[in-house]
Amino acid sequence: MRETLGDSTAVVAADYFQSYSVVGLLALVGVLFVGVAFGAGRLLRPVVPTPEKLLTYECGVDPVGEGWAHTQVRYYVYAFLYVIFAVDSIFLFPWATVFADHGYGGTTLVEMFIFLGFLAVGLLYAYKKGVLAWT
Amino acid sequence: MNGVLDVALRLLVVFVVFLTFPLIVGQTEHKVMAHMQGRLGPMYAGGFHGWAQLIADGVKFAQKEDVVPNGADRRIFQLAPAVALLPYLLVLLAIPIGPGEGAVGQVLDAGVFFVLAVMAVGVLGSLMAGWASANKFSLLGGLRTAAQLLAYELPMLLAAASVAMAAGTVSLPGILDAFEWWWLPWQIVGAIVFFVAGLAELQRPPFDMPVADSEIIFGAYTEYTGLRFALFLLAEYAGIIVLCGLTTVLFLGGWHGPWGADGLGWVWTLLKTAILAFVVIWLRVTYPRLREDQLQKFSWTLLVPLSLAQIALTGIVKVVIQ
Repeated sequence: MRETLGDSTAVVAADYFQSYSVVGLLALVGVLFVGVAFGAGRLLRPVVPTPEKLLTYECGVDPVGEGWAHTQVRYYVYAFLYVIFAVDSIFLFPWATVFADHGYGGTTLVEMFIFLGFLAVGLLYAYKKGVLAWT
Repeated sequence: MNGVLDVALRLLVVFVVFLTFPLIVGQTEHKVMAHMQGRLGPMYAGGFHGWAQLIADGVKFAQKEDVVPNGADRRIFQLAPAVALLPYLLVLLAIPIGPGEGAVGQVLDAGVFFVLAVMAVGVLGSLMAGWASANKFSLLGGLRTAAQLLAYELPMLLAAASVAMAAGTVSLPGILDAFEWWWLPWQIVGAIVFFVAGLAELQRPPFDMPVADSEIIFGAYTEYTGLRFALFLLAEYAGIIVLCGLTTVLFLGGWHGPWGADGLGWVWTLLKTAILAFVVIWLRVTYPRLREDQLQKFSWTLLVPLSLAQIALTGIVKVVIQ
């Protein structure tokens, strides 16, 4: 197919859809597997619910208060850091494929160090501020 | 027609690998852990050294009553195991075990990108389970899972980006085509960061704070029984296969070996994957569990800076040799 089609973008597009349709098929196989497993489980297992069984587990005593209890989320600063860093690092992947090509080389390397510098300074700042320690 | 048959065969192979390899790792874990701790492990099921133990476990799981607590968010609770399990099936499709199109489920141009994105979906299953159970232990487990994902996804991403830089492509077979033996020392820091971060993402010991059985029962999976619990366990072991396979492909040269890369390349891939899986088990027996704050600190103050340093090193070397 690759040889007969002259237009390279058409080939890329066709390959693209072909490969991801296989991924879609496999996802379908997976969903079927889970569906069949759950269906078979329904036929195989006994169903004898009692009120005690359906209670939320809490080490043998009746549950106190609600399951969705108040908790202190101690790491929300990490969450901010993560979002900032992760969004940045996504851009590394397209850049990684071309950065050493002809005509880039030194320039992109300097750019990379500026990028890494920003990340490192950010991390250092967070470290100095003490947010990397558990509160 | 041939094409359809070809695709069907590939899907079948991937599916069978997905169902059998985790069991092999599980049985190996039983035995290796036992021998490291000076005991025998399962010996009865199946007769020979308890080889059928996990099949027996599976039969037991399948006929066990399925309890959904009254307080739980029913639909989400029941769906969570599927969400935890299926991403690993999809990732297996993209991992090449030998050279050429014949030895990979499906060549994906955005391979590295695809596998990292899909793998991260698996954690969503644990979060769903933790929240939907309406159980205090589960909620704590779920919160810890979230914290762990936040901390360890980043170094994993950066380490993988370093390999993509070295190869100049994000396709997994493309990376292996470009591989040279001296990448091993060049990318060794990235390899360690990737593997450790992957372990943490799978919540394997010593990074198993989210399921710490001695303090929060079994974290997000506390309320699960029977088949659904079994699917969570299967997801963990499928995750080990995927992590070890990816580390092999990205950092250890996949099908490349001292000899026989053309005919026996797949043996090298499987061998390296198996050795890494052994290391995963070994680490479980060796190290004590890290505390939650130690977990976070380890990632942010050690793994992230190391992976940034690896990217800098990769960039310099790549531009110099170009």
